[in-house]
Amino acid sequence: METKHIIMILGIVLLTIAPLVMHYGKGEDDGYFGGADGAAEEAIVEKNPDYEPWFSPIWEPPSGEIESLLFVLQAAIGAIIIGYFIGYYTGKRELTSH
Amino acid sequence: MEGFLPPMWSAIWYVLSGIVVIYGVIQLNKITKEQPEVKPLLAVAGAFMFILSSLKLPSVTGSCSHPCGNGLGAVLFGVPITAVLATIVLLFQALLLAHGGLTTLGANIFSMGIMGPLAGVIVWKILKGKINSTWAVMLAAIAADWITYVTTSIQITLAFPGNDPMTTLTTFLGIFAITQLPLAIAEGLLTALLWDKIKELRPDILLKLGLIDESEVPNYTSSLNTTNGGAE
Repeated sequence: METKHIIMILGIVLLTIAPLVMHYGKGEDDGYFGGADGAAEEAIVEKNPDYEPWFSPIWEPPSGEIESLLFVLQAAIGAIIIGYFIGYYTGKRELTSH
Repeated sequence: MEGFLPPMWSAIWYVLSGIVVIYGVIQLNKITKEQPEVKPLLAVAGAFMFILSSLKLPSVTGSCSHPCGNGLGAVLFGVPITAVLATIVLLFQALLLAHGGLTTLGANIFSMGIMGPLAGVIVWKILKGKINSTWAVMLAAIAADWITYVTTSIQITLAFPGNDPMTTLTTFLGIFAITQLPLAIAEGLLTALLWDKIKELRPDILLKLGLIDESEVPNYTSSLNTTNGGAE
């Protein structure tokens, strides 16, 4: 890990925290931190009041908890794969360098 | 966004994306046969999209959106293979999370799997060899992420142009493209971090794929030369 990598990580953290600080105290009820895709759906409906979505999801997570479970599962699957390979090659390289 | 694209547009994007995805599957079979050593990188590129597209991050506009992770795959394997990886991620989200959708799958593959990666590849090709690959990857990933959402805005405008298409486009760009800017930068930084890790651990694959040249990994090349020298 070089200095530039630490600065890059700090950059990511700052970019994520900044909106929370900028809009401190505001929440979902004030129209903040909802999904951009939801906002787009609203805009479509607003401009095209006659449009009826012609298809609905065949299955929806029954609650916010189940939804977050599946989102976490998705991230965990990805993180396991990346962590496995980085760990595997780091270990392999250390073995061969001895 | 399930059901929000009229059937005609749904079909158009399915056809366009379908062609690229089929070509990507052919390329995927070819590269895994001819260069089986790239398989771990394929898995990492797919996994990176899995993680990033599950993270809904807050943005300065006060709404949330998720990054795409499509820049890494684009730089490593090009557009068609990235389109295949994007299809897997988008199917997962459409079926299990009711996020995205089946009727919008073609359109989403087109933006996240084709146009975004294409922008990434173009940026990468322009900068490759001119600046350090880390920064070229960062900028390619920013472009891939951002153009993905610009494409989404254009797709929605095409389906719902309204009386004044330019105003409509501005509305959707305001919703997607501005929200996405800081997220795209964060994604660029994260992609570059992972790229540096790959460059440190498996420079041989990056060299073989022709993505970096030996001047970027002096330690690796000199250690190879020593081994070769010892064997002679």
